Amino acid sequence: MRVLTQSQSVEEIETGLLLEGIFRQYGFDFRNYAPSSLRRRLNNFILDEHITSISALQDRVLRDRQWLDRLLYALSVNVSEMFRDPSFYVTFRTQVVPMLRTYPFIRIWLAGVSMGEEVYSLAILLEEEGIYDRCRIYATDINDAILKKAKEGIYRLDQMRMYTSNYIKAGGTQSFSRYYTAAYDRAIFKTSLRNNIVFAQHNLATDASFNEFNVIMCRNVMIYFNNELQAQVHRLLYESLAMFGILGIGAKEALRLSPHENSYEEIDKTSKLYRRIA
Amino acid sequence: MTHFQIVTIGTSLGGFEALSVLLGGLPKDFPLPVAVVQHRSCEDSAAFAPLLAGQIQLPVIDVEDKEKIREGHIYVGPSNYHLLVERGHFALSADEPVMYARPAIDVLFESAADAFGGDVIGVLLTGMSRDGSAGLKKIKASGGFTVVQDPETAKHGRMPAAAISAALVDRVLRLEEIASFLVELCVPRGVRHDRRQGQHSSRR
Ligand SMILES: C[S@@+](CC[C@H](N)C(=O)[O-])C[C@H]1O[C@@H](n2cnc3c(N)ncnc32)[C@H](O)[C@@H]1O
Repeated sequence: MRVLTQSQSVEEIETGLLLEGIFRQYGFDFRNYAPSSLRRRLNNFILDEHITSISALQDRVLRDRQWLDRLLYALSVNVSEMFRDPSFYVTFRTQVVPMLRTYPFIRIWLAGVSMGEEVYSLAILLEEEGIYDRCRIYATDINDAILKKAKEGIYRLDQMRMYTSNYIKAGGTQSFSRYYTAAYDRAIFKTSLRNNIVFAQHNLATDASFNEFNVIMCRNVMIYFNNELQAQVHRLLYESLAMFGILGIGAKEALRLSPHENSYEEIDKTSKLYRRIA
Repeated sequence: MTHFQIVTIGTSLGGFEALSVLLGGLPKDFPLPVAVVQHRSCEDSAAFAPLLAGQIQLPVIDVEDKEKIREGHIYVGPSNYHLLVERGHFALSADEPVMYARPAIDVLFESAADAFGGDVIGVLLTGMSRDGSAGLKKIKASGGFTVVQDPETAKHGRMPAAAISAALVDRVLRLEEIASFLVELCVPRGVRHDRRQGQHSSRR
C-alpha cells in the first residue's frame, strides 16, 4: 500500500505518457499543469466519453486531431463570471484608473479570458470612467473555440441577476441592463463594447510575449499550473509589463510564486492588484 | 509514529458549530495537517477562517493556491474555489461546482486519496447535501480511514446518513467524541501517556 503513495500509480504513469504524447504530436504542453485538477478533468472526460482508460484515450488523441480538440475543450476550464470579486473592480476603479487617465494610450492584456466575461466587465468599467477610447485590450486564451464565443458576447440571461449584483458591488454607475439586449434566454452585449478588444489565441505555457502593456490581468488561470510553470508564466507577465504597469491576479493566488515578487508593490491589502516598481 | 499524513473534514449546514467543537478539541501539538471544506455562500469567504480561528487553539489558514501543507495547522478551503490536495501543498480550482457546491467535499476527499493513498483520514459532519459520500468511498477504497458524525446527534443528519448508506464507514461517532478519537488514531501511545502524567515530552 505505502509503495503506491511513494512511487507512481498506473494512472499517473498513463497521464504522463498522454501529456508527453500530446506535446510531441501537437505542441500543446500540459506537462506542468497541477496534477490534482488535471486528473479530475481527465477522469471526468473519459467517463463522459465512455473511454475505458487514459491509455485508450491516448490511442485516439494521438491518431485523430478531432479527439485532441475535444480533449482541449474539456481540459480548459470555461467557468467565469462578470465582475467576479467585485472588490477587485472597486480597487481598479479607485486606485488604478486615476493613473491610467494620465496616459495618452493604454495597452491592456487579459490572459486566459475564457468566454470573455472579464473582458466585457473591464470594457464597461473603462467606458464608465471615460477612458475606453484610449484603450486597446488584448484578450487571449489557449482555447480557440471558446474565444469565438467570447467574441460574440452572448451569455445566459439567467446569469444577469448575479452579474447585476456583482456590477453594483463593483461600483457600477449605470443601470447594468443598458449594456445588453435580452433575446429569449440570452443576453446579447452591446457590440460597441468590443470596439477596442482584440481576441487572439495565445498559450501561456509555450508562446512568447507579444507586446508591452500598461495593465495585465491573469486571474484564475495559473492555479491550474504547478509551481514551476507558474514561475515561468510570471516571468513572461513581468517581461510584458511596462514599468509602473499594473498586474492583477486571482483572489486566492499568491504573488510569492513569482520570481519577480520583489519587483512589485501592492495596490492594497486584499485586491490582488500590484504595481511593477522595478 | 502514525502512518496517517492528513485529516480531511467536510461539512455543510450546521458546520460552523460542529467544526468549533471538533477542532476546538484538538491539542496544540496535534501532529497532522487538517484540511476543512464547508459549504457556504460566497459572501462570507474572508470572514470564515478568522471566525473559526477565534474558537480553536491551532492556527487557521484561509488557503491560497499552492499553500504548503504543514502539520498542526487547520487549512480552510476558500469560497468559490475547490480545495485539492497534492503532495506537499494544496491546489485550488475554479472548476464548475459539484452538486451545487464550490468548494465541494468530494473534490477534497478524492484528491487527498489520490495524493496520499491509504494515509488519509476522512471525516464527514452535519449537512443537508449528498456531497462527501463519493469522496469517503474513494478514501476507503484507497485504504484510508473514514469517520462520520452520528446522524442522530448531527444538527442536520442527511449528509452523514447518506455517507453511511453509501460508503464503508470505519467509525460513526458523536460529535464530542471525534476529536479525542483522532488524537488516539494519530498521536503515538507513549506520547499520550506522558502527557497524561504531566511530563514534558517531545516527539522530535
Ligand atoms: C477558470 S478560467 C478563468 C477565466 C477568467 N480569467 C476568470 O477569472 O474568471 C481559466 C481559463 O484559462 C485558460 N487557460 C488554461 N491554460 C491556458 C494556457 N496555457 N494559456 C492560456 N490560457 C489558458 C482556459 O482555457 C480557461 O479559459
